[in-house]
Amino acid sequence: MNNASPKGIWKVIGASSLGTLIEWYDFYIFGSLATVIASQFFPNTNPTAALLSTLATFAAGFIVRPFGALVFGRLGDLIGRKYTFLLTLVLMGGSTFAIGLVPSYESIGFAAPIIVLLLRLLQGLALGGEYGGAATYVAEHAPANRRGYFTSWIQTTATLGLFVSLGVILITRHSLDADPTVSIAKFNDWGWRIPFLVSIVLVLVSVYIRMKMKESPLFTKLKSEGKVSVNPLKESFGHRANLKMVLLALFGATMGQGVVWYTGQFYAQSFMENVCKIDFEQSRTILIWAILFATPFFVVFGSWSDKIGRKWIILTGMLVAIVTYKPLFGKMLEISTPSEALAASSEVKESTAAIANTTNVLRTQVTRATFASGMVIMTTQKDTVYASSATQVSKPDVKVSKVLGTADYWKMVAIVFMMILYVTMVYGPIAAFLVELFPTKIRYTSMSLPYHIGNGVFGGLTPFVATLLTTIYTSDKLVGLMYPILVAALSLVIGAMYISNKE
Amino acid sequence: MNQIKRLAGILWIIIGPVAMYYLIKTAASEIAAKPEVDTKIQWGVFVTIFLPIAAGLVIFGYYALKGEYDQLPESSREV
Repeated sequence: MNNASPKGIWKVIGASSLGTLIEWYDFYIFGSLATVIASQFFPNTNPTAALLSTLATFAAGFIVRPFGALVFGRLGDLIGRKYTFLLTLVLMGGSTFAIGLVPSYESIGFAAPIIVLLLRLLQGLALGGEYGGAATYVAEHAPANRRGYFTSWIQTTATLGLFVSLGVILITRHSLDADPTVSIAKFNDWGWRIPFLVSIVLVLVSVYIRMKMKESPLFTKLKSEGKVSVNPLKESFGHRANLKMVLLALFGATMGQGVVWYTGQFYAQSFMENVCKIDFEQSRTILIWAILFATPFFVVFGSWSDKIGRKWIILTGMLVAIVTYKPLFGKMLEISTPSEALAASSEVKESTAAIANTTNVLRTQVTRATFASGMVIMTTQKDTVYASSATQVSKPDVKVSKVLGTADYWKMVAIVFMMILYVTMVYGPIAAFLVELFPTKIRYTSMSLPYHIGNGVFGGLTPFVATLLTTIYTSDKLVGLMYPILVAALSLVIGAMYISNKE
Repeated sequence: MNQIKRLAGILWIIIGPVAMYYLIKTAASEIAAKPEVDTKIQWGVFVTIFLPIAAGLVIFGYYALKGEYDQLPESSREV
């Protein structure tokens, strides 16, 4: 039944991938613009608003995503894949567009953070339902011996969604004024809304395309035979034969895959910015290049999994990640630390500004040190000079930002590329792997939950736990890697022992 | 191999509660160190979400111990 014509399968892949890419784009722009959004809707000075911010961050990622997997997975197994993932797309696009329209906290007070929180929860819910639908829809159109290849196109969308979101944000930040500083100020004031508003155009196009698609042939057959599941949740998680496969998918595959994915794409970025202190834009362009070079490998590994099986490609990805994370992150630290003790040239600029309603002065000192490798380190130190010498001197605020020289920049791209290559190994074949574990009638529900727990919970926690570990064990800057290494190691052992290798 | 799979089941059964013990212990010490509402929410969310996952690991271990994974279905149609 799943023998779509060559032209037909590409239409299916195009329609599914475009929608899924937009969903990831929508989900990522909120995360990428978290600082700007916080300043607009969740002011630190107000504890209730800060609390809502915490809820938006943690609840959307960790609770609502798996919940969305259950709600929409059930719906997809009851009424069909096509209408369910159409609904998740509309829900995601609508809430993203609406975030771009919400007036700021200054304009409407508490209503602003509450509306944003609700919209963010809707985003999480929609994301939880989208992926399983798209992967199932494509897999059920693809010939059984090419499932890995065809579903790997869906797998590229999560990374490309990040790529597009980073690109749109960087372009918007620099397009609002001829003067870059003014442009960034405008972006932080109102320009951040543009990436959210743009989403509606993309979603409308994608909805139009998806509306024209037919239901999955396997689901249509099931429906015509009257074999559609009556209670997908009960059949997925209440029956031992299926529950054991759900647990195996989670602990033997998606748990390890999730941490490798989030380490390569998100912790690497956070590490470059917060530990290596690499400049905001440079850290993002490094990631953009690495994603661009690595993305084709999703299809390479997906296709290869049709020939040699899914298991060992996924597990090898976990193994190389476990073995090489420490050396790779160590190298990132080494590259971002100048080898020479003294800078080739150094200049210091100092400026002062009166602090309103006081007699004190804010002193800003910017030191620009240029090294022989081409690296430039900008150190901005701000402190208050008190009019009265009797007043206690506060601790100065020091910010360091490094701009790498050309050779070091490309070395950094190569390292991040390696980590995203691991992502392509674990993530490229995973859709085909999950789809093949479960029967058609409860496939959407059964595969969505382990996927979103593995990625949303285990993966999503990676930057948080890794950062937490570095604050506890301050002497080791690489200690944060223990979390993804241990989780991936556990998953590797379980996967190697219990999963069978299907070709 | 099936014997090793079954014996390893005991390990998975133990890891579930041990991981929860450390999570709750860390949550308690983090909340005690910074007793703010958002710290409580963060750790409350983590403990809530990881409790069923740890229970899942125990069930997985139990199934492994009972030999449920000795022979996996060849196709999803057999599930």
